[in-house]
Amino acid sequence: MSLKLDINTTAPDDIYDSLIRMHEGLDDEQSAHVNARMILLLANHIGDPAVIAEAARIARSAYAPDL
Amino acid sequence: MMSVSGIPVWKEYGYRPAIGSRAGETETVPILIVGAGPIGLAMALDLGRRGRRVVVLNALAFIPRGSKAICFSKRSLEIYDRLGVGDRLLEKGVVWEKGKVFWRGDPAPVYEFDLLPVKHQKFPAFINIQQYYVEEYLLDAIAPLSNVEVRWRHELVGIAPHAGGAKAEIETPEGRYFIEADFVIACDGSKSTVRRLLGLDFDGRVFEDNFLIADVKFDQERPTERWFQFEPPYPGYSSLIHKQPDGVWRLDFQLGRDIDKKEAIKPENVEPFVRGFLGDDIEFEFEWLSVYTFQCRRMRRFVHGRIIFAGDSAHLVSPFGARGCNGGMQDIDNLGWKLDRVLSGLSPESLLESYNDEATFVADENILNSTRSTNFMTPRTRMEKIFRDSVLELSRDFAFARPFVNSGRLSVAVPYSNSPLNTPDTDVFSAGPKAGATAIDAPLISDRGKTWLLSRLGDRFIALYFADDDAGAASLQADLGGDIQVVQIAQSGPATKSRLVDVEGLARSRFGAQDGACYLVRPDQHVAGRWLKADSAKIRRAHERACASQGGAK
Ligand SMILES: Cc1cc2nc3c(=O)[nH]c(=O)nc-3n(C[C@H](O)[C@H](O)[C@H](O)COP(=O)(O)OP(=O)(O)OC[C@H]3O[C@@H](n4cnc5c(N)ncnc54)[C@H](O)[C@@H]3O)c2cc1C
Repeated sequence: MSLKLDINTTAPDDIYDSLIRMHEGLDDEQSAHVNARMILLLANHIGDPAVIAEAARIARSAYAPDL
Repeated sequence: MMSVSGIPVWKEYGYRPAIGSRAGETETVPILIVGAGPIGLAMALDLGRRGRRVVVLNALAFIPRGSKAICFSKRSLEIYDRLGVGDRLLEKGVVWEKGKVFWRGDPAPVYEFDLLPVKHQKFPAFINIQQYYVEEYLLDAIAPLSNVEVRWRHELVGIAPHAGGAKAEIETPEGRYFIEADFVIACDGSKSTVRRLLGLDFDGRVFEDNFLIADVKFDQERPTERWFQFEPPYPGYSSLIHKQPDGVWRLDFQLGRDIDKKEAIKPENVEPFVRGFLGDDIEFEFEWLSVYTFQCRRMRRFVHGRIIFAGDSAHLVSPFGARGCNGGMQDIDNLGWKLDRVLSGLSPESLLESYNDEATFVADENILNSTRSTNFMTPRTRMEKIFRDSVLELSRDFAFARPFVNSGRLSVAVPYSNSPLNTPDTDVFSAGPKAGATAIDAPLISDRGKTWLLSRLGDRFIALYFADDDAGAASLQADLGGDIQVVQIAQSGPATKSRLVDVEGLARSRFGAQDGACYLVRPDQHVAGRWLKADSAKIRRAHERACASQGGAK
């Protein structure tokens, strides 16, 4: 399975809302931890290391070259 | 404790002049091993048991004491057993199979593991035993071999390679002499003189965190498990405890970066760590204190003409995962039979290239695991720390997070998955080791009673034939000839020397073997190929490939 880069949800606003609400009332330090927990939860749900590596590569690419 | 130039001594052997080599003269030796650490000694014992003449040089005149390896893996024990010292190590060592990981003093572990999921094997997942015992036992096993000579305080100081081997220059208290060797095996440790003299690479990563080792004696009932604590409620960023023989415990504390090492090992400065760990009411006594940092690196190639590197001289890892000495044991297990075949003319010298392929592959796997453990234990950035802590935090409540906890992925035999010596599966097996993996142990009955499968494998090529039909086994043996020995695993009937009985059926199930199946097993107990129905032509072809004979290997 490869990382899906075409549209994969019919509820984008709901998903975005969950992400924003996850950080409500948190300071940056807490938010950083919450993001990490969220990524770990989703990473396990996905389970395929190749998909996660591909997502990590794209996420990083806007700020730094590949390793 | 006795010590020589700051190095504590476990057992003194003493300098003796070499027989047949006076100062300035040149001696000829087929195999020269540089270094009498655990790897050089195991190499010497392996080749010595095969009847090879071996000279081992060692710069020191004694086995050092002090804190080095303590955790020896099941696979290393299996190799030591093939060399005849497995039982002695098992008897002295402290057996353990379970590990627990704690966080911030919580008495409930965030993660637990069992390193021996498959029970009923001769050896446990691990024993703990001080490295100096391993070296001593190897030397005791070498002593009766008149073809192996260990030379204490003979230090290699020069080496000139050439097509037929190398000329080594050796320094002794009485002057210098030379050895012309057909093959040199450099087991001279992480600061390898041979590597330096040849100007060879040793690239990798240096880690900056310091670790304090306190080997201490105390009296307290504790489970013999590996306990690792992240962010303990006492000094240190992490701590690890292991039980050793002789009432000694190893405590390992992570000190962080930029510390004063001399200050750190002063007993008064170590005391708060140990007190924090043990509590106030337990008497203890220091056995040995040291601070270390570590590196993960390897040479690009381990075979340089007729100079071959093995052990720490070729590759280095962090101690977390116990992959240093255990990794080196896999080197010598791999090299011994190959060098023996090349020297006896049974295989071409190109077989040694497969040592380079397989041993560098293993080193990469060990370095990868060791680096990942180290990254988890010593986060370098705020974000690395946040991920690390999030894993630990989630592990308290959710099972999914526990496997992410990494306090060291402990050494197991690395399969030679992509080796050119493998004959890949053409049949579909439901279980069992694939080509490149090590054979797995199982209890069997022989003519002398209970035995273990692995005790019957090794030192030579073996066709493990799973069948009750004795005539079939005899005709397979006749077809395969002298270089492959058939070992028959029957389900019932009488046990003989070459007919073992799998009363519990464990061998069959562990090898996924139905009646008539066959595994070709290399002299280092790794599988070369396997078939659901033994076919002597296929087995012979796989054998040729595994020993690079007659163009079998490419
Ligand atoms: C604190 C610590 C804990 C460890 N724990 C573990 C563990 O639990 N499990 C594990 O598997 N590994 C562990 N290791 C790693 C393990 O100790 C090494 O991997 C192992 O010692 C390597 O053996 P070696 O024979 O390759 O090298 P060494 O043990 O370094 O031996 C090299 C030998 O070569 C000799 N020599 C050097 N130069 C010359 C020369 N020019 N001429 C002649 N002789 C020479 C030296 O005197 C020495 O005897 C640990 C290491 C440390 C530091």
